[in-house]
Amino acid sequence: MNAPAARPGTEAVAAKGWLAAHKWLILRRCSQIGILLLFLVGPWFGLWIVKGNLNFSYTLNFLPLADPYVIVQSLLARQVPEKLALTGVAIVLLFYLLVGGRSYCSWVCPVNLLTDCAYWLRVRLGLKGSAHISRPTRYWMLGMTLVAAAVTGSIAWEMVNPVSMLHRGLFFGLGLAWAVLLAVFLFDLFVMRHGWCGHLCPVGAFYSLVGKLSLLRVKLPARAACNDCMDCFAVCPEPQVIRPALKAIAGTPPLILEANCTNCGRCIDVCSKDVFAFGTRFNTTAAPVSGVAQAAPK
Amino acid sequence: MDNENKPSAAARRQFLADTARMACGVGLLGLGVGLYARHAKALPPAAIRPPGALPEAEFSAACIRCGLCVRDCPFDILHLAKPEEPMSTGTPYFVARQLPCEMCEDIPCVKACPTGALDHSLKDINKSKMGLAVLVDHETCLNFLGLRCDICYRVCPVIDKAITLDPQSNARTGKHTLFIPTVHSEHCTGCGKCEKACPTEVASIKVLPLYMAKGQLSSHYRLGWVEKEKAGGSLVAPEVEHQYNMPEGMQYEHGKGLSGSSGAVPPAPTPAAPALPKALQGNKL
Repeated sequence: MNAPAARPGTEAVAAKGWLAAHKWLILRRCSQIGILLLFLVGPWFGLWIVKGNLNFSYTLNFLPLADPYVIVQSLLARQVPEKLALTGVAIVLLFYLLVGGRSYCSWVCPVNLLTDCAYWLRVRLGLKGSAHISRPTRYWMLGMTLVAAAVTGSIAWEMVNPVSMLHRGLFFGLGLAWAVLLAVFLFDLFVMRHGWCGHLCPVGAFYSLVGKLSLLRVKLPARAACNDCMDCFAVCPEPQVIRPALKAIAGTPPLILEANCTNCGRCIDVCSKDVFAFGTRFNTTAAPVSGVAQAAPK
Repeated sequence: MDNENKPSAAARRQFLADTARMACGVGLLGLGVGLYARHAKALPPAAIRPPGALPEAEFSAACIRCGLCVRDCPFDILHLAKPEEPMSTGTPYFVARQLPCEMCEDIPCVKACPTGALDHSLKDINKSKMGLAVLVDHETCLNFLGLRCDICYRVCPVIDKAITLDPQSNARTGKHTLFIPTVHSEHCTGCGKCEKACPTEVASIKVLPLYMAKGQLSSHYRLGWVEKEKAGGSLVAPEVEHQYNMPEGMQYEHGKGLSGSSGAVPPAPTPAAPALPKALQGNKL
């Protein structure tokens, strides 16, 4: 065996310093934990800033936020919500149209903390094998949940959805939901790399559709500087989104347009050459890709 | 052509096989989810939905499990169902025997609901139908045993309408009155105060879901006395007075009983009026 490769990001830490090489990761964890805390100070200290959970929340009795996915299921089950929920849906859709649908997954969703932890442990334990389920399976899952809602006339997926189970459980009592969440954790750890969030979760699939046209994107203003260290691929939870933009496959501009990019920003962190940066989907001044333009095999 | 076709045919086969595998896997999961959801539509009898809740089939489609009703309940009686509980995960309920609904006049739980799961057209809490109180156990109810417990009647927020005490003669003692708590479905809101307050070890009066608690007359039934009142007179014309077949010299008048000349024929012993209280007749005291 050759010596184990340096952990991804080692070069970036050397080049930019630890803090700069972890900036987006830290900000992302702050966002995830901060949102949880906003919900938790109510039940813990009686300080009601936000009431409810990710399905619907009411902030300071002023700002309604509703999960469009659960409302779509409710509509398919032939129930129309009150105006407050519809307002909440509009605000949330607008927000994710701006910041990218799957930003929900990496910046808000509590299950991401769990699956990121599983992935970290998987790498640490050197677990290599991974079951194969294709990534589009999540869209089949999404379709299945919508069909289930229409056929059963109830929001059937909410019975088992680990995402809402965790979030609701933290504020209203977990019950046996911990077993479901443990199953997700162990699945990601032992069975499949990025198994739940990257292949199966219908919530993520739904938000990826919302984010197809979103404004905020990871751009590659300096893609010519790429030295093929592969660190970005190693840290990316959806590595298939990087290649077209990085290698200019089929004339792709230096812009990640794939709907499944979660805008987690980890690629920006770990790149020692500062190839990546957040930007909008517009103004793609395509810098020429030196040396690798034709290198990518089909 | 052949050289190009072969790998693409293999790829096509692979693609079709992968798709079939995926569709079957997801389909199986969907079947499980669907069956599970169907099962959960039967609400367990002890779980009562908040005021204004839609019928169960519609409720599980409208409720988005956000818990705002739980948060806005000033008495903290509501819970969200945990996954192991036998109802739709995350939907709100309360258990009357633990904490009954306090029937707030402004109905904050309904106001908080962002969907139609709790019907916003419910403005008067006294019109809510969370369930129906049923005096399920006549054998343990203290009033049925002849005591003046009356607790369910006293705690009822719709006192003298939802629960009344209906006097009946106590056949056991022969001289006392039983005050039978009687629930009237048109006024009972199903708040559960009676169930909570019932002093027997296990409540003798319980709030049940309406579908369990209510019977329904066949649609062709007509109540004669109601129809008579509606019509302003008897619908059977002419109204025939009942003829009693009595021994000679005796008369019987409805509401008054027997009468007649005492010398004629000895009156038959009437079983309805025993000479001694029953308690003193038998070996029971």
